Amino acid sequence: MSIHAPAPEGHAVRQDPPGEAPESAPAREPRRRRSRVPALLILPTLLILIAALGYPIGWQLVTSMQKFGLTQQFGAPPEFVGFANYAALLTDTNFWVVLGRSLLFCFLAASLTVVIGFLLAVLMKQVGTVARLILQISMLLAWSMPIVAAMTVWVWLVDWRRGVLNWLLTRVGFDAEGHNWLAEPVTFFAIALIIVVWMSVPFVALSIYAGLSQISDEVMEAAEMDGAAGFQRIRYIIMPLVAPVLSIVMLLQIIWDLRVFTQIKLLQDAGGVANETNLLGTYIYQMGVGAGDFGTASAVSVLMLVITVAISWYYVRSLMKEEN
Amino acid sequence: MRLSSLSRPLWTAVAIVIALAWAFPVYWMFNSSFLPNTVLQSTTPTFLPFGGSLDNFKAVFADGTFLQALGISLTVTLTTVVVCLIVAFLSALAISRFKFKGRRSFILAMLLIQMLPAEGMFIAQYKMMSSVGLLNNVLGLSVLYIAAVVPFTIWMLRGFVAGVPAELEEAGMVDGLSRTQAFMRITLPLLAPGFVASGVYAFLQAWNEFTVALVIMTEDQMKTLPLWLRGFVQASATRETDWGMVMAASMMVAVPVIIFFMIVQSKMSSGLVSGAVKG
Repeated sequence: MSIHAPAPEGHAVRQDPPGEAPESAPAREPRRRRSRVPALLILPTLLILIAALGYPIGWQLVTSMQKFGLTQQFGAPPEFVGFANYAALLTDTNFWVVLGRSLLFCFLAASLTVVIGFLLAVLMKQVGTVARLILQISMLLAWSMPIVAAMTVWVWLVDWRRGVLNWLLTRVGFDAEGHNWLAEPVTFFAIALIIVVWMSVPFVALSIYAGLSQISDEVMEAAEMDGAAGFQRIRYIIMPLVAPVLSIVMLLQIIWDLRVFTQIKLLQDAGGVANETNLLGTYIYQMGVGAGDFGTASAVSVLMLVITVAISWYYVRSLMKEEN
Repeated sequence: MRLSSLSRPLWTAVAIVIALAWAFPVYWMFNSSFLPNTVLQSTTPTFLPFGGSLDNFKAVFADGTFLQALGISLTVTLTTVVVCLIVAFLSALAISRFKFKGRRSFILAMLLIQMLPAEGMFIAQYKMMSSVGLLNNVLGLSVLYIAAVVPFTIWMLRGFVAGVPAELEEAGMVDGLSRTQAFMRITLPLLAPGFVASGVYAFLQAWNEFTVALVIMTEDQMKTLPLWLRGFVQASATRETDWGMVMAASMMVAVPVIIFFMIVQSKMSSGLVSGAVKG
């Protein structure tokens, strides 16, 4: 598998097939004539995206400025309140706690994932073929596990009565028998962190490993002859060479870890205290689906989208830049 | 390439221990799905499925709700895959074979949309589906899935379309084929691997999706497999949890995915970093 900087495309310099070079044989001229064909080709995509995403996002912007209360549950039209929902959110301590918790969790999970993924990628380079394959297969197994199935297994592993975790801890001498990890927010998030990192490391490890595989053996041998020790080799040769891959996976992890809805929701199902363990996704869910406060839920959703776009923007821009 | 002068056997041992620990939850699901509940109720875990049986699997099938959820999941997933491939193929063709006004904006929009979290939109989607009467509706859920999956599918297919040189088609046209014939007979067959890879990607996304389904499919008989599995865990948690059956159920949700994923993994992974979506 080859991990490369994303394929460039665009108007000026492009690596697309030769047939697309801007100045070329007249044989292909008809395609570049102004025609309706491209518009027709992208029309179905546009219609679906507008219906399934565009319209809801528009609705959300409007709704985030409306007030929903008890009377709306009985059919009264919501009242337009401008930015009052946003103002209320920004002065609500609980919202800041949830936001701060989400960002902290996201940052911790993403950093841990990238560090562990990097170390495992280096380890894959370090060992023989058989050990490497075993490691790769176990990574693929964890990566391919459907999230709800994986969460189901994990919930059992950390179950307070019959979980393997408590049994194991008791066996090695801790007093863990009957300990409910999900009851306390701190241990709840520790478990969530372990699970999220477990799920995300394989992608990072295999991506970085692919990046490492593109470093030629000659470069490493030369470094070895120059007397560079293990750590120095990592610091001065490997890091700079895999830095682009590292920064991309870090960014992607941050974006993905901001939306850990499923994991948190299913852990809450299994005994977490919802109010103290909400992250942005479950907070929106509780607010909207649970309490019917669509105005506030929409306002939080809009903020979440803005944060996501702000983080992604850098990455998307760098993808687009390569087109020029 | 070796990084350290420390002995290889040591690192090999470390690698194998990590591999075993990492795969343990997957193994645990596999192992427990064969064991009877009387064994699983013990506070001492059983690590090997010796003396196990297929009873748990039979019990899951005997529970009619599994087949119902399987039916819903298959319908939603196949609808998503088919529509997604057609729609994405047309768009991929547009951006890789044509230059047009708004092409860059279109690509930019596709890249950005991939990043949008379902959690930032599900309330609005719920209200929309509710207002057009498509809550608890396979079509409604499929539309949302198609919109979520199509941007990356376009990105993936675009790479494959761009990989077929237009010269091949032109050669066919020199030999007397019309443009359409040349496309159908020369280009389309060469795109088969692209369709398989992006089709499997769409399949995995729709098959595994939980968040949107949780919000849109509120009725019991309209649950997709992930929702059904969650419901199954919750229902059995009120009694003493029947972990054997729960694990057998998880196996049946997971095994098709694991097999599919293993097959296309290498085809998908290069696209994953450039296309920015986690499998």
